[in-house]
Amino acid sequence: MLVIKNLHVSINNKKILKGINLTINAGELHAIMGRNGSGKSTLAHVIAGKDGYEIEGDVLFNGESLLDKSPEERALAGIFMSFQYPVVIPGVNNTYFLKAALNAKLKANGQSELDAMDFLALIKEKIKLVEMDESYLNRAVNDGFSGGEKKRNEILQLLTLEPTFAILDETDSGLDIDALKIIANGVNQYRNSERGILAITHYQRLLDHMKPDIVHAMIDGKIVKTGDMSLAKELEEKGYSFLLYTN
Amino acid sequence: MSDIIEKVIEQDYKYGFVTDIEQDTLPPGLNEDVIRTISRIKNEPEFMLEWRLKSYRQWLTMEEPTWAKVRYPEIDYQAISYYSAPKKKELNSLDEVDPDLLDTYNKLGIPLEEQKMLSGVAVDAVFDSVSVATTFKSELEKHGVIFCPFSEAVQNHPELIQKYLGSVVPHSDNYFSALNSAVFTDGSFVYIPKGVRCPMELSTYFRINAAKTGQFERTLIVADEGSYVSYLEGCTAPMRDENQLHAAVVELVAHKDASIKYSTVQNWYPGDPKTGKGGIYNFVTKRGTCLEENAKISWTQVETGSAITWKYPSCILKGDNSVGEFYSVALTNNFQQADTGTKMIHLGKNTKSTIISKGISAGKGQQTYRGGVQIMKNAEKARNYSQCDSMLIGEQCGAHTFPYIDVRNSSAQMEHEASTSSIGEDQIYYCNQRGISTEDAVSLIVNGFCKEVFKELPMEFAVEAQKLMEVSLEGAVG
Repeated sequence: MLVIKNLHVSINNKKILKGINLTINAGELHAIMGRNGSGKSTLAHVIAGKDGYEIEGDVLFNGESLLDKSPEERALAGIFMSFQYPVVIPGVNNTYFLKAALNAKLKANGQSELDAMDFLALIKEKIKLVEMDESYLNRAVNDGFSGGEKKRNEILQLLTLEPTFAILDETDSGLDIDALKIIANGVNQYRNSERGILAITHYQRLLDHMKPDIVHAMIDGKIVKTGDMSLAKELEEKGYSFLLYTN
Repeated sequence: MSDIIEKVIEQDYKYGFVTDIEQDTLPPGLNEDVIRTISRIKNEPEFMLEWRLKSYRQWLTMEEPTWAKVRYPEIDYQAISYYSAPKKKELNSLDEVDPDLLDTYNKLGIPLEEQKMLSGVAVDAVFDSVSVATTFKSELEKHGVIFCPFSEAVQNHPELIQKYLGSVVPHSDNYFSALNSAVFTDGSFVYIPKGVRCPMELSTYFRINAAKTGQFERTLIVADEGSYVSYLEGCTAPMRDENQLHAAVVELVAHKDASIKYSTVQNWYPGDPKTGKGGIYNFVTKRGTCLEENAKISWTQVETGSAITWKYPSCILKGDNSVGEFYSVALTNNFQQADTGTKMIHLGKNTKSTIISKGISAGKGQQTYRGGVQIMKNAEKARNYSQCDSMLIGEQCGAHTFPYIDVRNSSAQMEHEASTSSIGEDQIYYCNQRGISTEDAVSLIVNGFCKEVFKELPMEFAVEAQKLMEVSLEGAVG
């Protein structure tokens, strides 16, 4: 599904990613763990198509290179990113925003767009999955939302847009334990054999609820170790520094 | 983001075309003879000519204001022609209207016939200086509503004109209104009798179409006791090389318990997108008086056109418990300059005013909000809420805010909020990541920013306004 080949990325001549190779198949949930500054979020944004990076290597999605595509083309092709810091858009109604996004996708797929009534019925079902109050639908996008509410709003978008590949960029940061469970539940609802997920995190606790198939440890722009859930546990117990000596 | 701005700048004026209709036009120049000629062509009663001459003599003693934050080359008032009229006059039905003219309306997407049949909006079509078509007159007459070209009102209702003309904007009020008072050729007159709720929204489409012909429209709306009227004004203009001066005056009078809602969508030619050359100068005086208690006047404006805008729709809240409102969206793009805002003058007790101003600047656009709130000595418990928000798109534009507050009664309650924001790259990226194109994202964000004002517009105007914002930001895809 997603294949990353020898990816090198710099910002202003500073090397951030130093040769990432990664293959995520449909149905798999991969977790990338690493400390602040290890390059995890850069990897997420490079896949999503953010501007401003110097890139070598390639990122293939269903066999096609993503690197020449705009962020919206990638989104319409099925890539979704849950933002570490969801952006506030004052004045733009949350429902209206999501409807615009879903209809952009339906239109790109040659399907008929949903009218306001149908969309409202759909979103009212989806919002239950993330245990948010319906009043959030009538507020401006992320405006005045707490950290946890913003993250739940991201998962609401994930569940509504139903992309084929989801990147979760530190979706667990700033969450209390209840919110964490709700987020994990949402992700698990999304998960199926046709969809791939890349979860980026510092901590093991989100992974306890999501059970990744494969766990990668990232240090200084490189994936230094790949394993299963036991790697996550090991990292949590011993810290990342142990990898520096075992490699 | 720089791509967006470039695309916005590159956008052509969608409504730039010229209709080829023969005109009766006075040679350029202004003196008392010209004013006498205008008055004679219009077959006006003596009091009108006297008023015009009084205004002209006043104007000669005045100086063009320079306090606004706008820059433009000096205007040669002797180079302007002060009268222009389509040759065919006195039409009874749409069938008699020049087919070219109807075609013009069709190009603008506002066909009179369709409006007549479908939307229930009565249209007093002002084409240059003489009104050539009026619809729905009989329906309005049934309710005693007078809605007609100003010149017709001068003939048929001179007592109303004499009573109210200049009662809100005196002939000596300011440089541009004095000029208008001297030379205005036509406009609209509305009178809503006691207790009548006007059965339809009244609408006038202005259009400037003759080279070197200044447009001096005069609108007077009187709402008698307990009446209600909603008036819509919208305009587009063809592309021109020379600057066209537009100095209109609008006067509103609301009697006891009466309510006037005045909505404007303005999209005059803003000038060449690359040089700023040739756009309309829009120097307008708009003011309403809440004459007696419980009267209400509400201004809503969406300003996207003109090279230069100088416009402050204001309310004089004289009657106790009267209410004034001002809702504004102004967009300046490319080389456009706007100095706009409002003035709320509280004279009566418990008077209340609300100001919501949204300014958007893109390209090299410069925009100024200038608002005045005056609470006079006897205005016990007057209240004002002001909010002015500015949005910047790109790095070469500017937004400026000058709120003036003058409170002379200690029981007044004043609130003022202001904010400045920009459309951030992060917002665009976030929308993009959700599959929303940059163009749609800009329009989404801008419309979200303007929402509080758009919701004050009548339904069909709200749609038109949203379309106008989209057109103004068209081609914004990076």
